[in-house]
Amino acid sequence: MCTTCGCGKDARPTLTNMNGDKVANIQIHDHHHIHSHDQAHEPHHHHPPALGTIISLEKEILAKNNMLAARNRTWFEEKNILALNLVSSPGSGKTTLLERTIRDLGDETEISVIEGDQETENDAARIRRTGCRVVQINTGTGCHLESNMLARGVEELQPPANSIVMIENVGNLVCPALFDLGERAKVLIFSVTEGEDKPQKYPHMFRAAEIVILNKTDLLPYIKFDMEKCIQFIRQVNPGVRIVPLSATGGEGLNPWYGWLRERHKEGSSNLTL
Amino acid sequence: MHELSITRNIVAIVSEQAQGSRVTRVALEIGRLPAVMPDAIRFCFDVCSRGTSLEGAHLEITETSGCFLCKNCFSEKKTDEFFARCECGSTDLECIAGKELRIKEMEVV
Repeated sequence: MCTTCGCGKDARPTLTNMNGDKVANIQIHDHHHIHSHDQAHEPHHHHPPALGTIISLEKEILAKNNMLAARNRTWFEEKNILALNLVSSPGSGKTTLLERTIRDLGDETEISVIEGDQETENDAARIRRTGCRVVQINTGTGCHLESNMLARGVEELQPPANSIVMIENVGNLVCPALFDLGERAKVLIFSVTEGEDKPQKYPHMFRAAEIVILNKTDLLPYIKFDMEKCIQFIRQVNPGVRIVPLSATGGEGLNPWYGWLRERHKEGSSNLTL
Repeated sequence: MHELSITRNIVAIVSEQAQGSRVTRVALEIGRLPAVMPDAIRFCFDVCSRGTSLEGAHLEITETSGCFLCKNCFSEKKTDEFFARCECGSTDLECIAGKELRIKEMEVV
């Protein structure tokens, strides 16, 4: 990988459909910038503005991403699919929570998964073992999923109507907060081993979430973690957020999470009949 | 490094609008709240604009401060912190400014 700008020859996002071993390259954009990979960049030099025609643009920089996200959202709504964007730092237990949720709820509602990681198909392989539909998007050097990648992922996944699509974003508590994918809600998974002050350190993500899962509560007896303080920190950033402490491996506290999923899924159906 | 992705969007939008003309100046408005660093945008702009009609263009970035509306007492509070508390004690604040990510204008020759 080029350390100058983060680009890399083989760093383009790729998509793997784990259901049929198909691999397709997603073209996100033309990688048109040219710079020497042998030399360091020259220091910044800013030219004085030349006299010319001034064109007022007033354009949102992320307009394209937001437009495609809106298109994804409409598609999900029309099919009554509950799409959730799962965000967290790496290693918080997103995949474990998904495996458990699919095992426990898979009989009542079909759940399919879009996995986002920089590299490897490990997570998709784990999800595949639960028997559900899954596609893996590898973002290469990208630190988050964008709405065009999701659109391609959904095209491959072909989730059925009235189902749930779980989008496991790249483990990163910064960038995914900025990029709307077209999901109904962001689910933030945060483990007690990460320390109670994470909401203060990463306020953007905590503010963007509709529900915060406090995972790995089975480890509480072995670590220094002030649950009350953590909840207070979360509320400071996002007063109305739902907070659900649970253990995805031990199984304690899962019912409020399942209750929230059922509630949100049902809301979609009632909107349709209106 | 989401600034790289953001800057690619900037270059794509401006190139499309310039329709082949050389762009000499691009003016952006960036809020202080969305965790986007202007210095990182400047760095990425130099890299992403090479070989395009924006190469060598002067990049102007205006940063906008955060402003929240308290949903309890309806007063406005200027701050760049997301975990702010209003003087009335409420933390239920709605962001009304400071999240901008916008291309204001460009100059072409």
